[in-house]
Amino acid sequence: MTIYKNSQNKKINKRFDDKIIQLSHGDGGIKTGELITNLLLGYFGNEVLNKLEDSAVISCSGHKIAYTTDSFVVDPIFFPGGDIGKLSICGTINDLVTTGCVPTALSLSFIIEEGFTVPDFKKILSSIKNTINDNELRIVTGDTKVVGKGSADKIFINTSGIGIINKNIELSPRRIKAGDKILINGGIAEHGIAILGSRKEFNFKSSIKSDCAPLSSLVTDMLSVSKKIHALRDVTRGGLASILFEMSGASGHSINIYENEIPIKKEVLGICQFLGLDPLYIANEGKMVVFVDNKDTDRVLLAMKKNEYGKDSRIIGEVTEKYEKSDTGKKSDKGNVILITRLGTIRTLDLQYCEQLPRIC
Amino acid sequence: MKSSIEELTLSLTGNKLGRRINIMEVCGTHTMAISRYGLRQLIPETINLISGPGCPVCVTPAVDIDLILEITKQYEVSLFTFGDMLRVPGTESSLYLKKAEGRDINICYSPLDALDYARENPDRKVIFLAIGFETTIPLTAVIVKRAYLEKINNFYIFNTHKLIPEALELLANDKEIKINAFLCPGHVSAIIGSEPYRFLADRYKIPCVISGFEPEDILQSLVMILEQIKKETPEIEIQYKRVVREEGNPSAVKLIYEIFDKSDSTWRGLGSIPGSGLKLKEKFSGFDARIRFPVKKIKSAEPAGCECGNVLKGIKKPFECRLFSKTCRPESPVGPCMVSSEGSCAAYYKYERELKNIKI
Repeated sequence: MTIYKNSQNKKINKRFDDKIIQLSHGDGGIKTGELITNLLLGYFGNEVLNKLEDSAVISCSGHKIAYTTDSFVVDPIFFPGGDIGKLSICGTINDLVTTGCVPTALSLSFIIEEGFTVPDFKKILSSIKNTINDNELRIVTGDTKVVGKGSADKIFINTSGIGIINKNIELSPRRIKAGDKILINGGIAEHGIAILGSRKEFNFKSSIKSDCAPLSSLVTDMLSVSKKIHALRDVTRGGLASILFEMSGASGHSINIYENEIPIKKEVLGICQFLGLDPLYIANEGKMVVFVDNKDTDRVLLAMKKNEYGKDSRIIGEVTEKYEKSDTGKKSDKGNVILITRLGTIRTLDLQYCEQLPRIC
Repeated sequence: MKSSIEELTLSLTGNKLGRRINIMEVCGTHTMAISRYGLRQLIPETINLISGPGCPVCVTPAVDIDLILEITKQYEVSLFTFGDMLRVPGTESSLYLKKAEGRDINICYSPLDALDYARENPDRKVIFLAIGFETTIPLTAVIVKRAYLEKINNFYIFNTHKLIPEALELLANDKEIKINAFLCPGHVSAIIGSEPYRFLADRYKIPCVISGFEPEDILQSLVMILEQIKKETPEIEIQYKRVVREEGNPSAVKLIYEIFDKSDSTWRGLGSIPGSGLKLKEKFSGFDARIRFPVKKIKSAEPAGCECGNVLKGIKKPFECRLFSKTCRPESPVGPCMVSSEGSCAAYYKYERELKNIKI
């Protein structure tokens, strides 16, 4: 679950005034944040949930357990580089491994629309099977519901997963400190652009494939070379900018990002420019941002580059000063994510405020 | 031609005119690029870049939003429009909220999608909410012509198209704004060419440069403007030569006037401007949604306290509106300039609102 936490807003505004649910309540941006912080936490808030991290970390008989869940409604269900089945497994694996855990078991649930074809269903099931086999995982529980024609669109999937965290590992935005380097494991915005290119309303052809990938081996490789990785975050809905904004808020630090260093395929950039989309806000499904102590940056980068999902890894920025949290909500107390543009000018990165593309994952 | 950012910046800072000059970037895409690339940080303070009315969503008056909302309420229709239009607040609601409530309102990426839908669904009455300047008008003209030739009788347009040069004349005449030069739109000019701006240089002595959208393009256009001001030789220059020709695209212009006649049009903030709009020619009036789906006169009001009108005329900067970033934010916009991806309030909010607090 990738959701945002804005410690400033949380204190000022606890109201949820919207009368109906809108698409923007599900886009991972400001409206999603309001729904979660101002409405859901009002009902269910507790010290674990309130952290709003990709996975919850809970203690169980002396073990640290990571636990997460995610739902998938992507349209179309088959797209270049993947399908809703592979996506639903990779999404949950990636949320789990941000804690540094070894994923151990998954649940799998379907909501299927009446009339969905069995060959398509089988295609999705094979894809799920291949993904779990590659990652030595098992589905241990699940559920199936079928709804009438028109009550759902083809197929929706929910997965959840648990993993065990080695007691020596603690990854959390709260461990981020000034001077940490920020790394990413490759080109951004590929999932979003691949989905968009496979929708019929966008009449263009591209060779861009979704980056949909399970990142457990990448995380294992990184953790094996450094004990100074402070935090990981799965970069999905809302794009790189939204995730950095969340991490800034959760860690209480400002962040500088260098536009020139952000990996992005030329074709992806071209399509974004043509359609007026900002690639920093476009979804990814196989990207991880890594916050690591400056001293260990090189060895972590090297380990990432050696992994099949990290060949294009880059250092994209660094954590700057810590800012004082205060109850007044004064602007000067707020951390910023600052983009240093290719011209050397600066601009702030914000949360997304309106869905660029619905049903992206 | 100079081309690197460093050289262009040096050229701008070195070109001392000894006074403050107001350059209006007419087009919303230029406004966005200026904010997004932080170009204000590279140019001397004596160059005051002010945003103009070149954001189609922003200049659509509330009454048009109210009318189309009323049509979708009173009639069983399928509405298609571009995404930005959905969130613009009318007096009471927006298309976005009505869509969430279940009205048949759809985002399309090309007007052709709306026509295709009408062809495939002959039992539905399909309206395309046509918006935009000379850049998008030819596309609307194409679909009206196709619908006419194919005798598609369940397709209509709700036309809010507007013409740029007529609005610039109004601004050139405005004593309050004092525009020293125009940075003219690139895409609009690709259609109309440079000639329709000629009167600005001849009659009003205002230098104009038609600019591209990359930061280098914009800076270079500013250098060209400063040269014109310095030499006191106002003219219409094209910086965006890789796309814009002097004569524009004559066949696109011909197509526009095959389908439409010029008419008066009301712009949010600027009021009614003679000859700045278009209406379907008599022959095509059967496609006019305003005629086919009449609604009673409704009470429309621009939002209280909203300064979009003054922002669109360049009298106020978004920061100077007291609603800016308080009650008016992108996720809960009060005025259209905060909605559009080309709106100046959205550009300032997204890219520049925190900058004064940042030391780097």
